[in-house]
Amino acid sequence: MSRFTSILLSLGLGALASFAAVGSLVADPVPGPVPAPPAASAPAVPAAVSSGSGARELELPVEAGTYRPGEGGELAQAFCLTCHSADYCETQPPSGEKYWSATVKKMKEKFGAPLPDEVIAPLTRYLTAAYGRTAP
Amino acid sequence: MKSQLSRRRFLQSSVMAAAAASVGRLEAAEEGTVELPFANGRRHLVAYPGKRPLIVLTSRPPQLETPFAVYNEGIITPNDAFFVRYHLSALPTRIDPAAFRLEVKGLVKTSLSLSLEELKKMETVEVTAVNQCSGNSRGFFNPRVNGGQLANGAMGNAVWRGVRVKDVLGRAGIAAGAKQVVCNGLDSGVLPATPDFIKALDVDHALDGEILIAWSMNGEDLPWLNGYPLRLVVPGYFGTYWIKHLNELNVVDETFGGFWMAAGYRVPDTPGGCVEPGTTPAKTVPISRFKIRSFLTSLTDGAAVRSGQSVTLRGIAFDSGAGLTEVQVSTDGGHSWQGAALGRDPGRYSFREWTLPWTPGKTGEARILCRAFNRIGETQPLEPLWNPAGYARNVVENTKVMITA
Repeated sequence: MSRFTSILLSLGLGALASFAAVGSLVADPVPGPVPAPPAASAPAVPAAVSSGSGARELELPVEAGTYRPGEGGELAQAFCLTCHSADYCETQPPSGEKYWSATVKKMKEKFGAPLPDEVIAPLTRYLTAAYGRTAP
Repeated sequence: MKSQLSRRRFLQSSVMAAAAASVGRLEAAEEGTVELPFANGRRHLVAYPGKRPLIVLTSRPPQLETPFAVYNEGIITPNDAFFVRYHLSALPTRIDPAAFRLEVKGLVKTSLSLSLEELKKMETVEVTAVNQCSGNSRGFFNPRVNGGQLANGAMGNAVWRGVRVKDVLGRAGIAAGAKQVVCNGLDSGVLPATPDFIKALDVDHALDGEILIAWSMNGEDLPWLNGYPLRLVVPGYFGTYWIKHLNELNVVDETFGGFWMAAGYRVPDTPGGCVEPGTTPAKTVPISRFKIRSFLTSLTDGAAVRSGQSVTLRGIAFDSGAGLTEVQVSTDGGHSWQGAALGRDPGRYSFREWTLPWTPGKTGEARILCRAFNRIGETQPLEPLWNPAGYARNVVENTKVMITA
């Protein structure tokens, strides 16, 4: 068990800790994602499927990517993936501690991410190390 | 690629084994990658429902960019190539068009709950209008700013059909003291604590007869990811106001203070909406109208043309509805300019095609610039303007081509 999974368990966040262990199971608002069909000529995927009742349903492709490896990555898997895919971080321009610290704070204070105080510093350290100016 | 290799190693060596299967499934949907011309610009191309493979900025919620070559194919952006921008991940995944209702409430004489069928019985109008994300082209800001790192593909032009917001509000009857119309759609945050994506229009704007509640885009039902079954169409205004899956208009007697109006989508309250690069504005206001823009679409950076062999330069231009008067093109890096021919005019909110024949001269690199003008004297700056959120870029675009013998 990693140090951060321990933190999650010690915070009574066993469910999140187990999400950390199986990243793809993190709360996904869209049920039953299916891959779009491969197609060399690349036609559009049908817009929606009609069910018997006349209702239409949306099926989204499986999302891309995971958080980069690094100490504290379990925290990002546990807390950040609840609301958004990892490419939110992956596509940022090279950004330092100031940005990642402000972003973690914004997610907690403005977007309501349930980030315990103990997680703020290690999550910020992880993001800065994994996605900061020195990251690959 | 190095990052992909390290990701693979991470998958194999760590706790992520369970995710590996889903990554494998994802690869089936991929149509390759593209490299946008700025740092961390690598993007996957993936086909989402109703869409051809588009440039994935983020996969959940979906933010999909139109490959730039699409803009050279015509001034109407096909539905399956039209960009997608969501803010929050709980998008609707099941909609019954027979049960769907648009609620009109708040400071109105009669609250309404309108079915799609009822809306379609009202007077139907059509407008050809550009929708553009506030952050279109953000990736080109210098100094770089954080946020969605888009190239120039978060814009599109379509024929929208629906009813006027004015007529719907008229049917409900606006009560005295109304100040804003608060517009909400079916999408929301995953967590209850996340501010719902809600926007507000001033009552005068909502009643000016130009804003539509649209169900049709280029003659078809709205694609799901562009707001099926109803979306706001706010011609000349940035896409942030074009609420998708629109199901509520709430008339209020105050300036709506929700996060996405009071904190997000704000620009410096300065002429030009800009500040000195890297600085913080003293005061901000909600973003509103597009700035005038033009693009060369027939040649892209690094293209080669033959000396002495005539080509037609082609591109698009648009403004926020004042009316384009001219597009000028320079093929010598801005030393001299020529007027381009303007194509058909589908209305003042549409893309307009421009063309100019050009015979490349002596061999070597040439820089092609284009700039648009409108009826109220607006044009584009030769040097980019800057603001901290990376909104509303409209610098004169500069395309480097190589003239070969």
